[in-house]
This record gives sequence, C-alpha cells and structure tokens, in this order.
Amino acid sequence: MTTAAAPLEVRNLTKHFAVGGGVRRAHLHAVDDVSFELRPGKITALVGESGSGKSTVARLLARLYDPSTGAVLFEGGDVSTVRRRRDVLRYRSQVQMIFQDPFGSLNPVKTVRHHIERPLRVHHVVPRGQIEGRVHELLSTVGLVPPEDIAAKYPHELSGGQRQRVAIARALAVEPKVVLADEPISMLDVSIRIGILNLMARLKEERGIAFLYVTHDLGSARYLADDILVMYAGQIVEHGPIEQVLSSPLHPYTRLLLAAVPDPATKLHAQRIEMRKGRASAAVDPPEGCRFVTRCPLAIEVCSRVTPPLVEERPPQAARCHVTAPAS
Amino acid sequence: MTSSVEEPVLQSTSDAKLLELRHLTVEYGSGAKRARAVDGVDLTIHESEIVGLAGESGCGKSTIANAVMHILRPPARIAGGSIVFNGEDLVGKSAEELRRFRWRNVSIVLQSAMNALNPVMRVGDQFIDAMRAHERIDRRRAIARTGELLELVGIDRRRARAYPHELSGGMRQRVIIAMALALRPELIVMDEPTTALDVVVQREILQQIEALKREFGFAVLFITHDISLLLEFADRIAIMYAGEIVEAAPAARLASNAQHPYTQGLLRSFPPLTGPITRLTGIPGSPPDLRDPPSGCRFHPRCPHCLPEQAALSIRQTTERPVLRPVQPGHEVACHLVAEASQ
Repeated sequence: MTTAAAPLEVRNLTKHFAVGGGVRRAHLHAVDDVSFELRPGKITALVGESGSGKSTVARLLARLYDPSTGAVLFEGGDVSTVRRRRDVLRYRSQVQMIFQDPFGSLNPVKTVRHHIERPLRVHHVVPRGQIEGRVHELLSTVGLVPPEDIAAKYPHELSGGQRQRVAIARALAVEPKVVLADEPISMLDVSIRIGILNLMARLKEERGIAFLYVTHDLGSARYLADDILVMYAGQIVEHGPIEQVLSSPLHPYTRLLLAAVPDPATKLHAQRIEMRKGRASAAVDPPEGCRFVTRCPLAIEVCSRVTPPLVEERPPQAARCHVTAPAS
Repeated sequence: MTSSVEEPVLQSTSDAKLLELRHLTVEYGSGAKRARAVDGVDLTIHESEIVGLAGESGCGKSTIANAVMHILRPPARIAGGSIVFNGEDLVGKSAEELRRFRWRNVSIVLQSAMNALNPVMRVGDQFIDAMRAHERIDRRRAIARTGELLELVGIDRRRARAYPHELSGGMRQRVIIAMALALRPELIVMDEPTTALDVVVQREILQQIEALKREFGFAVLFITHDISLLLEFADRIAIMYAGEIVEAAPAARLASNAQHPYTQGLLRSFPPLTGPITRLTGIPGSPPDLRDPPSGCRFHPRCPHCLPEQAALSIRQTTERPVLRPVQPGHEVACHLVAEASQ
C-alpha cells in the first residue's frame, strides 16, 4: 500500500479497557493490532457487529481515547500522543467526526447558526466579517435550504435527517481532510437514509475528503464505499476493495454476515445459515488462536492454537483465516 | 426439540379471520394539539399467518400494536372503529376481561427486551409469575414448563436461574419470545423485535420464530421499519404512511409489483447486496406532522407523480383522500394514480 497519498494512517493500533476489579480484573481487547489507511477521495467502510470494536476505532482516530499501543499518523506525524492544545486543535481541524445520534449531538438551546459558527470561530477558518456568508454556504452545501431560515432554527424544529445534515455541515466548517462517520444513518428513517449517503458520496467527489464509514449495514457500505474493513472481536479479519470482498469473501465471518442480511430474493427458510453456536465477539483476555473459532464452520485443529495473521490471499484482498487464507 | 405444550396445533391453512381491525382510529391529545396517529385502518390477520406492518417512525404502526393489546395510555385513546378478535369486539370490554384476554389470546414482544425483564428477578421466576397470573398451575409444573419454553427458543433450561443482566441482548429477546409463547396465544404482536440486534442474531431469531410458528400455528403481527426483512419473512405486508394503510399485498406480489409510490420509494431505499449499483434517490422530504396532515393524499407533498402540469389529477391528489381499492385479489392500494389507471 502506498503511504504518500494517505492523510491518515493507522499502524498496529491497540486499545485495551480494564474490566472488573481485584482478582477478577481482566482486559477487554476492544481493538487489537489494527492497521489501515484512509485515502483522499475514498470511502472506507468499517463493518462488524456491536462490540466488535468498530466505534472504538473511530473514537481513537478522533482522539477521544488514547491508544494503548500503536500509532495514528496524520500526514506522516504521530498524533496519537499529542497533548498540547494547539496541536490537538490543529488535528481536530483536519479530522472531524459525525455521530450516530443526531438528537444528542446538537445543543438543544442553541440555534443551527451557533453550531456552524462555533468551529468557524474556534479554528479561525474565515475572517469575522465572512462568517455569516460561510454559514449559509455550508448549509446550502448539505442541502438545507433556504439557509437563512434554517440557520435561525433550533434542533427540535428539525427532523432527524435535517439534524444529521447540520452535523455534517458543522464537520465541514473546518474544511477537514478526513471525516469519521460513526453509523450516521442508523437512527434515521429509511426513506431519508439514501439522501445522507448521497451527500457523503458527493462530498467525497467534490472535496476529496477521506471518509471512514462505520456501519453494521453491508448494503449501505456497498453503496457508498470503495474499500471495506471487516472487524470481529477487536481484530480486522478481512479487508480489500469492497466489490471484491463482498462478491468473493474469504473469511467465514464475512460470509456469515453476508448470509444474514435480509435478501428479498430468497425466502428465510430456503437459506439456513451454517453456524455453530458460540459466544459473539467478546475479547476479554482472549487466548491465543482465532477469535472466531467457536462459531466457525471451517475450523481445523490449528485454529484454536495459533492466531492467524492477515494474509493477502488475493491481493489486495486479505483475510485472517488459516483455512481460506493460509500463510505460505 | 420436544415441547411440553399440550396438543400442538398443526399449521392450519384456514382462511379463518383471527383479528380484524375495522376502521380503527386512535387519537393522541385533544383540541388543537390532537393528532390522529391511526386514521381509519382496516386490517385482517388470519389464523397462523404472518402479517408485516411496515412504515417510518411516527406513522402509527406501534400505536396499532398497542391498540390491539389494549395497552394504550392517555393521552392516546381509541376514537373510533373496532378491534374484532375471534368474532368479539374488544373495544368497550372491561379491564378484567381485557386482562384475561392479554397473554392468553394475544401476547406482545417489544423492541427493548432489556427493559421488559425485571432486572432484580431471576428469569425463571418471571415466567412463573406470568403463568400463575393467568392460570391455575402449581409451582413445580410452572418450573417444568419454563424449562421447556426456554429450550424451545434455544436456551439451556438451567439459565432460568440467571438474572437478565447475565444474558446477552439476543438471549434476552429470546426469553421474551419464550414468555410470549407461555400461554399458547393465537396471536403474537411483535413490535420491532429484532431492531436492536445484530444481523446474525436477527436472522437466528427470525428463523426460530418461523419454526415455532410452524409447530404451534400462532399468527404474528410483525411491525418494523425494515421492509426488506418483511419481504423475506411475512406472508402478507401492509404499508403504513401518516396513520393510514396505503398498500397491502402478499409479500411476493409486493416485492415484484408494488403500486403505491411510497412503497416503491421504500423498496428503492435499500441498497442491494448483489447486482449493479445504481444511484438511489430514497424519498425526498420527510413524513408529515400528524397534528396537521396534508390535505388529500397525505403522501402528495413527497410524491414524484404529483405534478401541477397534470391539473385534474393534481387537484384530486391535493384535495381528495384516496381509499384502499383492490387492484387484484388480495392486493389493495390507496392512490389516485392507480385508481385512475385501472378505470
């Protein structure tokens, strides 16, 4: 992979959380040895079930958490440990986050104008005299028209989809190079989700923004993204170009996810998914070995002994599986 | 998996009507703030049929679930119509009659199972409480039955001793489904039962519901915003918009031949996992405020076929409320366009 063009690169990122106390103290391996890069004008989907660590990855990149080990490189420099306010501000002006809940991410007693103005002022994006004009421009960009009317409204006067657009306009205010979108459509009504996806696709094209799209929804990931990262129990178990991965998945977990998505073309009982009972991705002090082994229909003896490495079985598609992507 | 449950009913293919909503109207609030969440809905569920009810948030689908269960709370009230179960109208029944009716005849499974279970009571004790509230059964038999019900939904019977927090979200949802089965109701209302769960767990639970349905022959009213799930799972689907049913058809027919522009828009809102990726448009605008619904067809402000150029049609669309009309046996649509075309 080339690193020159990547504004954001993640190397061997690991985050452990302490759980329990005293003699029952243990460590949840929320993110374990995760590496990838986000490229300008590309959307990378990060998919997995709840508890797989995908939101933790987004939060690590947004510097909401400090990593246990590993590095987050922004334009070549490690930002995972920056502490000085000026450096943090500089990073946050380049890497923005959009959250799942458009009801919780806006201040209910402030107008839309306030939400968009604030980053413009804090980061000195434009001279004071131009702030008003820029607010309206940003609102128009995300499809909130007429901007003069919308700017004066309070969050409760807007629908969920409109609020999410405000959150996107706020993220765009600082002209970021990277946007981290954590389940941005999962709380929205079905009929307006596509509008938000199309907006993100347009911003990618027009502004060359590098997007991380965190989701559990494979259909929307395929619609929007160029590349995919599949996470299971804190590890990336498969990654590659999204069409390639979804049309010929290597990892048994990716196959399971694909089989579980409702497909109007088939009847439910026609396609029973092959699965063994096992605990879903819990990674509390995980032993050596593949973390999917208890649910895997393909498991062989070595799987419970040795953690499989990520192998580029069909470059650039790679998977962590002794059976379908054996290390040579 | 064997069941304790005596005399399992074989799947019946009868056309017997189990539940019939006749022009059901439910209102919230009063005066200027009055909102009709459900406005003149007709819906029939036959024995051992899975009927899906789909729509966006605020369209009234959960209000229907609550009305059927008679668990509407003020300021909501049934303002008109009837809910006929096995030939008997439930509207106007006494609280005691309704209490007996609930669970014995109809049970409900809600979205957030984690909130439905009492966190400080063992799961098994909650089963026993529920059973003993509705029938005379001694404790030992109730315990045995609890074990059997848990095994029916794929949970080890020893987990009856667990507290809810010791179970995963998927397991808790299965516990709730097992509880809903406890008194062998003829109808189970499921309101977004899998929405909070991951796709893999969701599929396991749906397959389980279907297997149980085949074994016991209960009917299901399945409420969700996810129409793609219903196409796979339901026998018949009704689409709700702004308090009204705008289209109802067998699942296969709806998948291939949806007629209402809203249904078509919903179907186009799910990006496919296979085949070519085409640019989707979703549905522009957002659902209306039910305190002040649009005149005429409630979908007309968002409808791509409501154009001022077509003056005659557009006047009807904006002033006249369309009614559900059959376009084929079993397939009904409430749309001026469709009514026009079929005349």
